[in-house]
Amino acid sequence: MAQHQATQAPSTAPGTFPALVLHHAHVRGARPALREKDLGIWQTITWAELAGQVRELANGLASLGVQAGQHVAIVGENRPRLYLSMMAAQMLGAIPVPLYQDAVAQEMLYVLQDAEVRVAVVEDQEQVDKMLEIGEQCPALSYVVYDDPRGLRNYVHDHLLAFERLQEMGRDYASAHPDHVNQAMAAIKPDDTAAMFYTSGTTGKPKGVVLSHHALIDRALAIQDFERLTDKEDVLAYLPPAWIGQNMFSYTQFLVTGFTVNHPESPETVAIDMHDIGPTYYFAPPRVLEGLLTHVMIRMEDASALKRKLFHSCMKLARRVGVRILDKDPTVGAWDRFKYSIGNLLVYGPLRNALGMSRVRVAYTAGEAIGPDLFVFYRSIGINLKQLYGSTETSVFVCVQADGQVRADTVGPPVKGVDIRVADNGEIQVKSPGMFKGYYRNAEATAESYTADGWYHTGDAGYLDADGQLKIIDRAKDVGKLADGSLFAPKYIENKLKFFPYIKEVVAFGANMPEVCAFINIDLEAVGNWAERRGLPYAGYTDLAGKPQVYDLIRDCVDQVNADLASDAQLAGSQVARFLILHKELDPDDDELTRTRKVRRAFIAQKYGVLVDALFQNKPSQFIETEVKFEDGRSGKISADLKIAAAKVYPVNVRKAA
Amino acid sequence: MSQGERDGRIGETILDMQNISLAFGGVKALTDISFDVKEHEIRAIIGPNGAGKSSMLNVINGVYTPQQGQITLDGVQFSKMNSRRAAEMGIARTFQNLALFKGMSVLDNIMTGRNLRMTSGILAQAFRLGSAEREEIAHREFVENIIDFLEIQAYRKTPVGRLPYGLQKRVDLGRALAMEPRILLLDEPMAGMNIEEKQDMSRFILDVNDEYGTTIVLIEHDMGVVMDISDRVVVLDYGRKIGDGVPDAVRSNPDVIRAYLGASH
Repeated sequence: MAQHQATQAPSTAPGTFPALVLHHAHVRGARPALREKDLGIWQTITWAELAGQVRELANGLASLGVQAGQHVAIVGENRPRLYLSMMAAQMLGAIPVPLYQDAVAQEMLYVLQDAEVRVAVVEDQEQVDKMLEIGEQCPALSYVVYDDPRGLRNYVHDHLLAFERLQEMGRDYASAHPDHVNQAMAAIKPDDTAAMFYTSGTTGKPKGVVLSHHALIDRALAIQDFERLTDKEDVLAYLPPAWIGQNMFSYTQFLVTGFTVNHPESPETVAIDMHDIGPTYYFAPPRVLEGLLTHVMIRMEDASALKRKLFHSCMKLARRVGVRILDKDPTVGAWDRFKYSIGNLLVYGPLRNALGMSRVRVAYTAGEAIGPDLFVFYRSIGINLKQLYGSTETSVFVCVQADGQVRADTVGPPVKGVDIRVADNGEIQVKSPGMFKGYYRNAEATAESYTADGWYHTGDAGYLDADGQLKIIDRAKDVGKLADGSLFAPKYIENKLKFFPYIKEVVAFGANMPEVCAFINIDLEAVGNWAERRGLPYAGYTDLAGKPQVYDLIRDCVDQVNADLASDAQLAGSQVARFLILHKELDPDDDELTRTRKVRRAFIAQKYGVLVDALFQNKPSQFIETEVKFEDGRSGKISADLKIAAAKVYPVNVRKAA
Repeated sequence: MSQGERDGRIGETILDMQNISLAFGGVKALTDISFDVKEHEIRAIIGPNGAGKSSMLNVINGVYTPQQGQITLDGVQFSKMNSRRAAEMGIARTFQNLALFKGMSVLDNIMTGRNLRMTSGILAQAFRLGSAEREEIAHREFVENIIDFLEIQAYRKTPVGRLPYGLQKRVDLGRALAMEPRILLLDEPMAGMNIEEKQDMSRFILDVNDEYGTTIVLIEHDMGVVMDISDRVVVLDYGRKIGDGVPDAVRSNPDVIRAYLGASH
């Protein structure tokens, strides 16, 4: 294996997922396909083994009666066996439907009914319990297969099957019907449906997005060529498998390019596993990058004064020249380069290593707009972090930034094959080979998502700038105007605030209002650590959030952001006049965030209407009582008297950035 | 799991305490207490503070020797037990105030639970002879299974002293499990925990009982949690047994209500 040359799949790659599985088993059978850390040791499955296991499972599913065109639900964290099950379903021409593993049973019910799921392959007892809870309301659901038997020893249920049992049934079925899987596979065409993803959506019921083999594989190939990805890449699978972003990076691209995907030991060990593996190709939504940065900052606060000073002076240098050095800008002076290389030795290198990003060659962020400060931080320490733009409906890749032409405020030029136009109302519209086949059983919504002449409505507002890069302003429906007519882009203000490690989530309000006000969620870990160092006792989130000292801390952050906004003539009107710190963390279980942790603005504005009113009426405080759902589905109440704090608003002060 | 299945799983009496009395000088800690523990059951000892719960546990695993009474373990009768013999006969325990090695990692702390099961000599271990190395690998695998079971993979290499209290309790349980005990004594496993940590711990206790078939004797003064997970409950008050039976019977026992809520006038 030592002589193995890094190879790319030829552009005449197989056109369906099952064909790709067989292709890799043939071409690179001995290369590692999946790795999983089990009992503290990384275990490897090669491509040849993987293909054998997938075939066995496909036979197993066939013996359960799964046929082409039927839906198979996949529910759980990133586990190799769940990935194998997706491949097995596809091998029969059936359609895997991954579900968010942290969704409560009632949320899953809608999807199981809508897709008429016949077999569900789930991770563990937690998911089995959910399936049993709603099983009676899903007449189509005939079997539930589970991976981890823990706690399930005493479950007696005709429709419940251990994963090992499914494998066994697969072996029996294969010897009785040796040609069945081959025949099923031969019937699959590239334009057939490969997978279905339910969009969490910031509004309304989820919709099933139907994607074909061709659409997914075409986009993965385009990026493989664009980034020169090879089968030597290492990827860590750590995001929810039900999210298209995770599926593209750890499943579709994995099967197209044939690299290695590593599965963490548990969701809590991701940081350790990332350090073990050192992925070369990395993908993270902004909230993960924010979390990592917060973690670094907390650890720095605890470091000795000397180390802190060294860190901050190095970061200052990095902010000035780091990004230019990464972009190979020839105008950076020799002295700065020398200082940066010292900094690299002392700070940037060790920091990249601590983050598990030492070997990262290409890193992407997407899913939401990223704050420029956060983006620049990672680039300045030498990590090739780039932005991309896309959605479930477009098989992810619409725009991607090219190496050396990365800017914080754009998402790059269109990827090969994509056409973009900007409508008169500022909306971005797309044509791409990666477009979805439609929303499942919702022809109306499908029709609405296209213009009369066949362009897809992205729902995002933006424009193409002079050098052909796409610049996104905001969700089209979120961008509004203040009462005086100046532009109000809430996401931009929120991202600026979220760059502070103490602030976890922000919801800004201001459309058609004379000024901007904001809800703030503090970061319990960062503020908790800050309070500990000051000997400030607190009993929990609600208590800490209400402390006057914490209000002072957050006010400082808001003041700094306001000062920054004041230097931009367009945005000076968007300074945050007043804010309050919410008494509870926004949570997807309470429908305040989507399962991918995006703020559901309209819902929050409605749910906390009294608070919004109190902010704009400039009341000193407002009482609120909120119902909260716990993870096990029970609910309780939290109440608090929330203080409303005013921040310093600066006069417009346009100057050239120093 | 239905109650019927649980009852079917419970076996013969494994530990029988007969007429135990324990006094420290003039202070009577336990007076004439008898109860039994059946194989594979979860048996709780509850009572208000100072009722004699911890003394009872210490009698079972041989820290205290009762002045009167007999202990029958697995058909063998003892009038006194010592802690080494208790350990060798498969009794493991956790501590109310945690007795972990704070500077050692989670992994090493749990490895110490394998101590009694190590057979290679000190020299063989010091020089890592083949047999000692093979033995260590086997023990490590056992411990890794416990780490997986208790979901503490993320802290494998973390010194115990740096972990929050709830997790330290879990490590303490892990070390006791590493002994592969037949009977596990838990001394206030949920003391000082918040509701969520209590629920997690309850689930681990049930899972240990279910997966490993371990007989569990636990002490608690929080009645709510205990009633949910125990098969049978003994209630102590001022060193005397005032109730014994299934949780529902104990809950409606007037003596127990009086001990917990005070007498009504």
